[in-house]
Amino acid sequence: MTTLVEQRSGTAAATKTARRWFLARELSILAALVLLVGVTAVTNPRFLSAQSIKDLLLSSTILAITAVGQAVVIITRNVDLSVGSVLGLAAFATGSLFLAAPGLPIPVAILVATALGAVCGAVNGALIAAARVPALVVTLGTLYVFRGIDYTWAGGKQINAADMPDGLLRMGTASVLGVPVLTLFAVSIVVVAGFVLRSYRSGRDLYAIGSDPEAARLSGLPVGRRVFFAFVTSGALAGLAGALYAARFGTIDANAGINSELNVVAAVVVGGVAIFGGSGSVYGAALGAVLLTTIGAALPVLGVNPFWQRAAVGALILLAIGLDRALAVRVADRLKGRRARA
Amino acid sequence: MAPTPLITLRGVDKSFGAVAALRSVNLDLYAGEAHALVGENGAGKSTLVKLLAGVHTPDAGSITSDGAPVRFTGPADARAAGIAVIYQEPTLFPDLSIAENIFVGRQPLRGKGRRIDAAAMRGRAEELFGQLGVHLDPDRPARGLSIADQQLVEIAKALSFDARVLVMDEPTAALSGVEVDRLFGVARSLRDAGTAVLFISHRFDEVFALCQRITVMRDGAWVSTDPIADVTVDQVVRRMVGREVSSLYPHQARTVGDVLLDVAGLTSHGVFSDVSFQVRAGEVVALAGLVGAGRSEVIRAVFGVDRYDRGSVTVAGKRLRPHSPAAAIAAGIALVPEDRRQQGLVMELSVERNATLARLWALTRLGLLWPGTERRDAQSWTRRLFVKANALADPVSTLSGGNQQKVVLAKWLATKPRVLLVDEPTRGIDVGTKAEVHHLLADLAAQGVAVLMVSSELPEVLGMADRVLVMHEGRLASTLDRADATEESVMFAATGQA
Repeated sequence: MTTLVEQRSGTAAATKTARRWFLARELSILAALVLLVGVTAVTNPRFLSAQSIKDLLLSSTILAITAVGQAVVIITRNVDLSVGSVLGLAAFATGSLFLAAPGLPIPVAILVATALGAVCGAVNGALIAAARVPALVVTLGTLYVFRGIDYTWAGGKQINAADMPDGLLRMGTASVLGVPVLTLFAVSIVVVAGFVLRSYRSGRDLYAIGSDPEAARLSGLPVGRRVFFAFVTSGALAGLAGALYAARFGTIDANAGINSELNVVAAVVVGGVAIFGGSGSVYGAALGAVLLTTIGAALPVLGVNPFWQRAAVGALILLAIGLDRALAVRVADRLKGRRARA
Repeated sequence: MAPTPLITLRGVDKSFGAVAALRSVNLDLYAGEAHALVGENGAGKSTLVKLLAGVHTPDAGSITSDGAPVRFTGPADARAAGIAVIYQEPTLFPDLSIAENIFVGRQPLRGKGRRIDAAAMRGRAEELFGQLGVHLDPDRPARGLSIADQQLVEIAKALSFDARVLVMDEPTAALSGVEVDRLFGVARSLRDAGTAVLFISHRFDEVFALCQRITVMRDGAWVSTDPIADVTVDQVVRRMVGREVSSLYPHQARTVGDVLLDVAGLTSHGVFSDVSFQVRAGEVVALAGLVGAGRSEVIRAVFGVDRYDRGSVTVAGKRLRPHSPAAAIAAGIALVPEDRRQQGLVMELSVERNATLARLWALTRLGLLWPGTERRDAQSWTRRLFVKANALADPVSTLSGGNQQKVVLAKWLATKPRVLLVDEPTRGIDVGTKAEVHHLLADLAAQGVAVLMVSSELPEVLGMADRVLVMHEGRLASTLDRADATEESVMFAATGQA
């Protein structure tokens, strides 16, 4: 009987530690961020100037928004490699829209770009959910297909800031109480996505599917539909990010967002979303995006050779995965408790 | 019987490719009654469970619920009809909390926004555990739960949606005594509250303690249904076995040589313990027992794929380095695994590639693998084994199950093993091919190979083996010589009655 009581208290304690560790995962990214900013600011106080913080936030925004969509997909044990191409296509579409109809209200353009992204995501989702082709292969294919469409459409043209409505460009740099508007955009998306993933059945189903797809099927969850909508979400957010890209940079050619997909995946993984699905949060993914962007900005200030930057990002990814592994092993040990049968 | 059954199956057929898993099966499940379903491994019990769960749809026949025909197109349909299934292997989500595992897809909601009411979910999970008389923290993730606790979560899940029919597929296979008692307490109270229980088990004491009615299946077909009071364990075993051992098995007198494989005190905590036996050159030894008795685990440990905690494996007088399949292969052991699709073959590769995969090095010239060599070698082996394939360049996945199995055998036989470990060599293959595989194994033994065969098919065990080792719950329960081994004696030992 005593052993039984011991076991019970053991499991309760294990649960608490488990929760602490999982919380620790997001806190550790935050800590890394604070440390990085702190060290850089000591080296060069101008790193903490209002302007430089604003730049940092602006630069993080687009990555953070795509990372949220990517996190939703990765949580279901899939991956979306086409986000960079979707972003580029949507950015070019936004520019072309204003070329064709200069007076178009800005929200309409943003909606069109988002819808275009959603359509691209639906193509991915349909191939993956209905035809049961692995996401890695499908989105690798659409990465090139969407980029190819973008190239054909752009045909070497470049859309310049002069062709964009002032309102859009102003939105790209405007701020409310010192916080850039684009960042507010991103924050609200993260909060909404985080809320849906935590508090709605559709969101929880995504975690269940990523945790064990077979069990999800046996439990009668609509696996295909959920995966489909995860890709639509990822596509739509990449489309939205494309519109914001147009607003921020003004100048768009067919290469917008090229090669950014792995950066997005990196942000998600650094942010603590398990690459095999089932755990992690969009908050973590967004923090991961901010951290990666900050590293990019801080390393030059610290006098690190720019050639090392990529290596630093790579090291961070390995560190994040190593940390995840270590945590997972410790948590598993705690959870197992003294339950092993003799 | 006056009352209408909750669920009725009539004339249900189900085939997978060429293999008929179920042939015109009938079953009636009544409210407030526990119904036992027994049969040998491969008798079709699990397929029946999957039909009830909505995972498979029947090819022919009808399923009726409350007298009205139903058609389950997915697990959600079966659940809507009030059928809860507890699988032998629990199907939980390791990353989700216990409470979420119970209510996945059906979480309690609140407010106009239809948000998940986490507090209510937690509370109801605690209520369920209170009802079951166990203390599990609803907030902890399911990862790392013991099998017994996982099963409790599954039962709580079944309770949570007021299942009218509870199907339990060998729920006690991995449980200890106390845990079984607790499970039975739950099953009884559910039954008395009007739930129909379908209970699948190999443990007759449990079956007779819990159930009112018993259905026996054999080779995918329904054999009998009786009130449990009208039958004895003996009768049930005989019906499960049911057939004459065919004289088709090629048993020839063989000269038995030296001990080639000597396994002493092999133990893997929680899986099997203190397993000792010897296999001599020219001998076919069968390892019999029920699913989950630890047979495959033992031969996997012998081969070095799985770790073991104590004991030793000696091949032809030389002690084998533990946990090293490479050492085992070098010592002349070959393992033909149970699941040929996942462990034995690379399904997308061609027949010839698969056949030569295990000893590519031996086929190289100047460190390179010349296509001609590979093809010639594959041809000679596939011809010896009568593999039927359109072309050796075809992917293995296009072959029938039996021919796939022959390719796996070719792959390992080509390494010229001294000790051959085969796990379920004829599972899911047709009768003709089966006989060929049997002849092949007998020939190998006649050539002086020590053959250790795991098989769930009793006729195969009795027909092929010079000696039968019977495992029960991780231990060697009995060793029977060919003369003493009968279907009954093996079955009794395997169910722990001996």
